[in-house]
Amino acid sequence: MNTGPLVEVEDLTVSFGTLEAVRGVSLAVNPGECVAIVGESGSGKSVTARSLIGLTGENATVRASRLRVDGQDALRFGERQWRQVRGTRVGYVLQDALVSLDPLRPVGKEIAETLKLHGTVPRAEIEERVVELLREVGVPEPELRAGQYPHELSGGLRQRALIASAIACDPELLIADEPTTALDVTVQAQILRLLDERRGAGTALLLISHDLAVVAQLADRVLVMKDGVVVEEGPTGRVLTDPAHPYTRALLAAIPGEHSKGTRLSVTSGHPQPAPQRPPGEVVIEARGLVKDFRGRRAVDEVSFELRAGETLGLVGESGSGKTTVARLVLGLLEADGGQALIEGRTWREMTARQRREARRHIQVVYQDPLSSFDPRFSVRQILDEALMVGGVPRAERRDQALLLLDQVGLDGGVLERRPRQLSGGQRQRVAIARALAPRPRVLVCDEPVSALDVSVQAQVLDLLADLQADLGVAYLFVSHHLGVIHHVSDRVVVLKEGRVVETGDVGQIFTNPKADYTRELLAAIPRLDQPGAASLVPAARPRPTTEVIQ
Amino acid sequence: MTKAAPRARRTRRRLRAVLVRLATSLLVIWGAATVSFAALQLTPGSVADALVGTSIVSPQVKAQIIADYGLDRPVLTQYLSYLGMVVRGDLGHSYQLNESVGTAIWAQLGASLQLTAAGMGLALVLATVLALLTAKRSRWIRGVSSGAELVGTSVPIFWVGILLLTVFSFQLGWFPAAGGDGLGGLILPAISMALPVTALLAQVMREGLERALDEPFVLTARARGMSDAAVRLRHALRHALLPVITLAGWLFGLLLGAMVVIEQVFSRQGLGTLMLGAVTGKDLPVVMGVVLLTASVYVVINTLLDLLYLVIDPRLREAT
Amino acid sequence: MTAVTLRAPARERPGIRPGVWAASITLALIVLAAVAPGLLTHGAPHESDALMALQPPGDGHPFGTDAIGRDVFTRIVYGARQSLLAGVGATVLAVSAGTLLGLLAALGGRVADEIIMRLTDVTLSLPTLLLALLVLTITGPGTLNSIYAIALYTMPSYTRLVRVQTMVIRRSGYVEAATSLGLTRAWIVLRHILPNAFAPLLVLATIEVGTALVAASSLSFLGLGARPPAPEWGAMLAGGRDYFSVAWWVAVFPGVAVTLTVLSITVVGRALQRRLEGRG
Repeated sequence: MNTGPLVEVEDLTVSFGTLEAVRGVSLAVNPGECVAIVGESGSGKSVTARSLIGLTGENATVRASRLRVDGQDALRFGERQWRQVRGTRVGYVLQDALVSLDPLRPVGKEIAETLKLHGTVPRAEIEERVVELLREVGVPEPELRAGQYPHELSGGLRQRALIASAIACDPELLIADEPTTALDVTVQAQILRLLDERRGAGTALLLISHDLAVVAQLADRVLVMKDGVVVEEGPTGRVLTDPAHPYTRALLAAIPGEHSKGTRLSVTSGHPQPAPQRPPGEVVIEARGLVKDFRGRRAVDEVSFELRAGETLGLVGESGSGKTTVARLVLGLLEADGGQALIEGRTWREMTARQRREARRHIQVVYQDPLSSFDPRFSVRQILDEALMVGGVPRAERRDQALLLLDQVGLDGGVLERRPRQLSGGQRQRVAIARALAPRPRVLVCDEPVSALDVSVQAQVLDLLADLQADLGVAYLFVSHHLGVIHHVSDRVVVLKEGRVVETGDVGQIFTNPKADYTRELLAAIPRLDQPGAASLVPAARPRPTTEVIQ
Repeated sequence: MTKAAPRARRTRRRLRAVLVRLATSLLVIWGAATVSFAALQLTPGSVADALVGTSIVSPQVKAQIIADYGLDRPVLTQYLSYLGMVVRGDLGHSYQLNESVGTAIWAQLGASLQLTAAGMGLALVLATVLALLTAKRSRWIRGVSSGAELVGTSVPIFWVGILLLTVFSFQLGWFPAAGGDGLGGLILPAISMALPVTALLAQVMREGLERALDEPFVLTARARGMSDAAVRLRHALRHALLPVITLAGWLFGLLLGAMVVIEQVFSRQGLGTLMLGAVTGKDLPVVMGVVLLTASVYVVINTLLDLLYLVIDPRLREAT
Repeated sequence: MTAVTLRAPARERPGIRPGVWAASITLALIVLAAVAPGLLTHGAPHESDALMALQPPGDGHPFGTDAIGRDVFTRIVYGARQSLLAGVGATVLAVSAGTLLGLLAALGGRVADEIIMRLTDVTLSLPTLLLALLVLTITGPGTLNSIYAIALYTMPSYTRLVRVQTMVIRRSGYVEAATSLGLTRAWIVLRHILPNAFAPLLVLATIEVGTALVAASSLSFLGLGARPPAPEWGAMLAGGRDYFSVAWWVAVFPGVAVTLTVLSITVVGRALQRRLEGRG
C-alpha cells in the first residue's frame, strides 16, 4: 500500500521552553531497513524518536518542515490520528521492562491491551493471540508467563514481553529506545538476536542507543547525534571504520576493550598510558574462601583471590554474580558467614574498633552512584575536609590539601563551595575519587565506578584512574559488569558467576584463551565493533527455563 | 518439582504474615483496654466515684457498683476481671444514663455510621474525580485546585458547618436546621465532613497520579495508542490508590474526630454526642467503651486494608 | 518553509511565589498580635458595653460587636496568643518527646525498639480526638489540659517518623561511605545521622502547628479547652453560634482568623520543605 519511507522527517526542531533539545534533524526509515541513532545523554536522540509518534510531552514544541508517518502528513495530526498510528503502524519499545510495563498488571494483559485498543483481533481470540505472540518472541511456557507480573520475570523475559506488546498489531516500524541497556551482556545478545529476527520478518527498525557496538550489530545506517544535532550520518560500516566527524572519532576511541589496552581513552590518537610497569608488590588484600548467605540463599560461595600492591584486579560478573557483595565483605561492611578477608594479613574480626578504623583508612572505596555517597548537606569542601581529618591532616592545612586533591583529579578550586548535587556526573565521580585518596590509601575498591557515566566521561575517569595508579601506586580492586572496561583496566581478572569463581587469571589469558565455558559464553556475547552485522551474534541461545524465575 | 518448593515456601511465609498481623491486632486491642483501665485508675478520687461520674446515686447503688466491679479486691484482680469483661464484650454500665454501655453505644451507632459513611464516600468520589481531572494539567488548573485544597485543609470544619447551616438552613431553608433523620438532614453534615478529607485525599492522589504518569510504563501505554483518559483510569489510578491506602488508618481517626464536632454543630444524635455528654458528665465507662470500640474497628479496617494492598500491588505478595 | 507548532509550550514557573510572601506577612502580623496585641488595637478584650451589643461592622468596630457588646476585632487580636500558644506548645511537646522516643527506638537496640513501637501502635490505633476526649475526662477541661491531650495523640507519629528516618539514613550510601572512610560511630551519628533526620522533622513540625491549632480550637468549640470569657477563637465561635442568623460577623471573623493562620503556616512550611528538598 505504501512504498515510500515509513517515517520521514525534515528539519525537526523540538524545544522545551527556551531549551532546544533537537535542532534541524532530518531522517527517514524505509521498509525493512534498520536505522540507528547514537548519542550520549542529552544528545536529543530519544526526543527525536518520540516526536515520530507524537509523544514528546505536554511542554514540548515540535517544529518541522515535513513530518510524514505511514504516508500521511503527521504535522496535521490531532491526538486521535496519532492514536491510530501508534501501536498499529509504529511500535515502541523502551529500556528496562520492569518499569516500562505496568508493574501492577500481568504481562499478558499488557499485550492484550494493544490488541483490544485497535480491535485487530476478535475479542474471543485475544487470549490465544497473546500466547502466540509470547511464543513468537521466544518466551518459554507462554500460557504461564502471560499470567505473571513483570517483577516475576527475569530481565530478558520481561524485555521479550515488552517487545511482544509492541509488535502485537504487526507494525511496519519498531522504534527501540535503548532496548538492551539494563540487561546483562548474554541477555543483551539474545534480545539483539530477537530484534534481528523481527527485521528478517520484514519489520523496519529505528534503534536508539548510547552504545556504538550494540548498534553496529544491526544497523544499516547510523546517525550520530550530539547536543541536539546530527553530526554524522552514513552506512554503518563506513561510520565505524572511517568516521568523518571528530566527535564520532572520539566516541570510537573512548570505547574500552582489547584494542584500547595500554592506551588513553579520552584522546583519539591512541596515546600510550603513562603507566610504568612496576613489579607487583606484596599482598595487600587476600580473600580466603569467602562465603555469604542472604535469607538462606548463598550469594558468595568460596571466593578466594589476592590483590597485590600497585596492581589492578578486575572482578567481573553479570547481575546476581555476587561481585558487589564480595567488595563489601572485603571492605568489612558485611561480615562473612565463612572464610575471611585479610587486610594486610589481619581479618576484620580480630581487629578492635580502633584498629578497624585505622585499616579502613588504607582501603578506600568509590561507588557507582557518587551522589548517594555524599551527605546531602555537605559541600565539596566539607566532604574533603572530613576525609583529610581521617588522614590526620591538621585543620589549618586541610584547605590547601583539598585544593591539591582537586587538582590531582582534574577539578579546579571553584567547585570547593558547591554541593555535589550541583555538579555533573563526571565531576561528582572525580570528587568521590578525591575523597577516597585523601587518607592516602593503599587500596581503592572501585564498585562499578563508571557504569552510570556516558562513554566519553567514562573514558576520562578511566584515564584519571590510570594516571593516579601510575603516580601513587594504589592498588585497585575493580568491580564491573562491563567486560570491555575490565579488559581495559585490569592486570588480572576474577570471573564470577552465581557467587562462585569461574576462572582466575592474567587479563590476556582470560580474554584470548578462556578456560571456562561460561567465560567463553560471556566473551562471545560482547557486541564487537570490528565485526558489524548480525552474523556475529551468538546462535539463538534460547533462555533456559530453570533459571528464568527470579525471586 | 522445581516450582512446588518455592510456592510452598511462599504460602508458609504468607500464613506467618497473617498470624503476625492477627497477633499485633490482639495486642493493640489489649493495649487499648489497658489504657482505658489505667485511665480509670488514674482518675482522681475513688474509682466508684469515677464510675458514677456526676450523676447522683444512693449508697445502695454505690455498694452495688463496688460489688459489680470488684472494687474491694486488689488492682490486679480488678484488671483481670475487667479484661474478662472486655473479652465477653461487656463494656460496663453507665450510671448517668442508667443503662449498659453496650446498649447506649448500639443505640447511637447507626446515626454515626450513616454520617461517616456518607462523608467518606463523598470525599472519595470527589477527590478521585478532582485528582483525575487536574493531574498534569496546565499550571493554571493545578494552581487553582491546589489552592482550593490548601484552604480546604486549613478551614476548621465546625466553622464550615456553621456557615453551611446558616446559609442553607436558616437563610434559604433548604435543609432542616437541627437533627433531621432523613437524607435531607444528612447532606450538610456529610458535606462539612467531606471537605477536609476531600482536600487532603485530592492532594495525595494527584501527587500519586503525577508520579505514575511520569513512569515509563505510561509512555509505553500511550505508544500503544491509548487515549489520555484511558491511561489515567486504567494504569495511573491504581498506582495513585496505593498512598491513599497507606493513609487510611490515619484518615479513620480524622473522620471520627470530625464526627464528634459535626454532630455537635448539627445537633445530631450519634457516638460523638454520646461521648461528649459522657466527657462533661465524667461518665468514664461510656468514654472507655467508645474508645475501645473504635480501636477494634480501626484494627479490623487496617487488616482489611493490608489485604487490599496485596490485591492491588502484586509486588508485595512476594515480600510478605 | 511551513513550520507548524504541534503544541504550545507551557509557561515557565516564575521564580518568586507571591503566595509565600503573602503568607509570610500574614504570619508576621499574627505573631505580632500574639506578642504585642496592644500595638494593633486600643481596646481591651473583656471590655463590654451592653448598649453596643451585636453592632454590625462599622465605625469604631471594624468586625462588629458580640452579644454583650465586646469588640470582636479586639478579641480576635487578643485571641492570637492563646491559639498560637496552644498550636506551638502542643507541637513542641509532641516533637521533643516523639524525637526522643524515636531515636531511642532506632538506635537503642531491639528491646527498646519493640517496646516503644508497640506502645506507639496502640496509641496510633486510638482515634485522635477521641483519645484527647479520654484524657480530658480524666484531667478535666482547660487550656493546658487540652494542650497535653493534643500533644499525647500527635506524639506517636513523630516517634515513627524519627525512627524510620534514622533507620533509612543509617542504611544510606553516605553513612556507609563515612564508615568505610574510617570515621568513628559517634562522629557519624552526630555529624551525619542526626542533622539529616532532624531537618525534615522540623519542617513537618512547622506545618503541624496549624493542625494542632485547629485541634485546640475544636476542643474549645466543644467546651473542653479554653473557657469563655477567654478570647479564644474556637470558644468565640461556639459563643457566636446562637446569634449567627442575626449577626453573622460574630462567627465569621473568628473562623477567618483560624483559617488564615493555619493557611499561612502551611504555605510557609511547604516553602521551607521545597527549599530543603532543593526544588524551590
